[in-house]
Amino acid sequence: MGTHAAAGEPAGGSADEWRRDYELPSERGSSRLVMDELLEQLGVHGWPPSDIFGIHLATEEAIVNAIVHGNKFDPAKTVRVACAVSQDRARIEVTDDGAGFDPASVPDCTLEERLEVPSGRGVMLMRSFMAIAYNARGNGVVLEKRRGPLPG
Amino acid sequence: MTAHRRIDASKIGDVTVVRFVDKKILDEASIQELGVELFGLVEQLNRRSILLNFANVEFLSSAALGKLITLDRKVKAAKGRLKMSNIRPEILEVFQITKLNKVFDIRKDEAEAIAAFQ
Repeated sequence: MGTHAAAGEPAGGSADEWRRDYELPSERGSSRLVMDELLEQLGVHGWPPSDIFGIHLATEEAIVNAIVHGNKFDPAKTVRVACAVSQDRARIEVTDDGAGFDPASVPDCTLEERLEVPSGRGVMLMRSFMAIAYNARGNGVVLEKRRGPLPG
Repeated sequence: MTAHRRIDASKIGDVTVVRFVDKKILDEASIQELGVELFGLVEQLNRRSILLNFANVEFLSSAALGKLITLDRKVKAAKGRLKMSNIRPEILEVFQITKLNKVFDIRKDEAEAIAAFQ
């Protein structure tokens, strides 16, 4: 774990990008180790509350999926989370030690017959609030959100 | 009255009005507890008219949505009625994305929801 200063970038724009990598235990609630600082940094970088809500939700769902479905709570496995936040971009990469999965195999939770199934909404929420891309193995996902031109 | 840690339940007429203790409903252990307490209203306390007031809730995850769906099913199975109110726009958006706004009876505020039980 460590904070990597974005050295050598020009002043202004994304020069003030905040980056931090985390390694989380495969336990319930360990997303908190990331979230407090991530939310604070989104605020520091001027992201509006509605965007922060969406990034929070998408990141939470990705980390919970990694712990529960990826690592299946195996204490020998960890979840890596790499965060990068600037004024115009938030990027969060979540990788687990699991076998991976095919995101296309997740049934559509909004189908009439699945509306009342109490699980299976995480990936849809991630996709609704951020752009997401899984790696080939399906054990890692990149979540990204870009902000439109700033006023003024 | 059963002791609750995650919810605050009171009665207005025949309606059990539930407020949430946590502003953020995302911790897995808390969500488990929340489920037990909500289901207990139907299964132990035989409440048949339940209103969930979300005024205090700023955030909830898909695991919490799962508990709400299960509660809705339990209430419907018991021929009861479940309504929800005071949901802030971000959370309403989550219900709309997942189309749960079609499953749940969502009202603007507590007064409108209580009136809808009559």
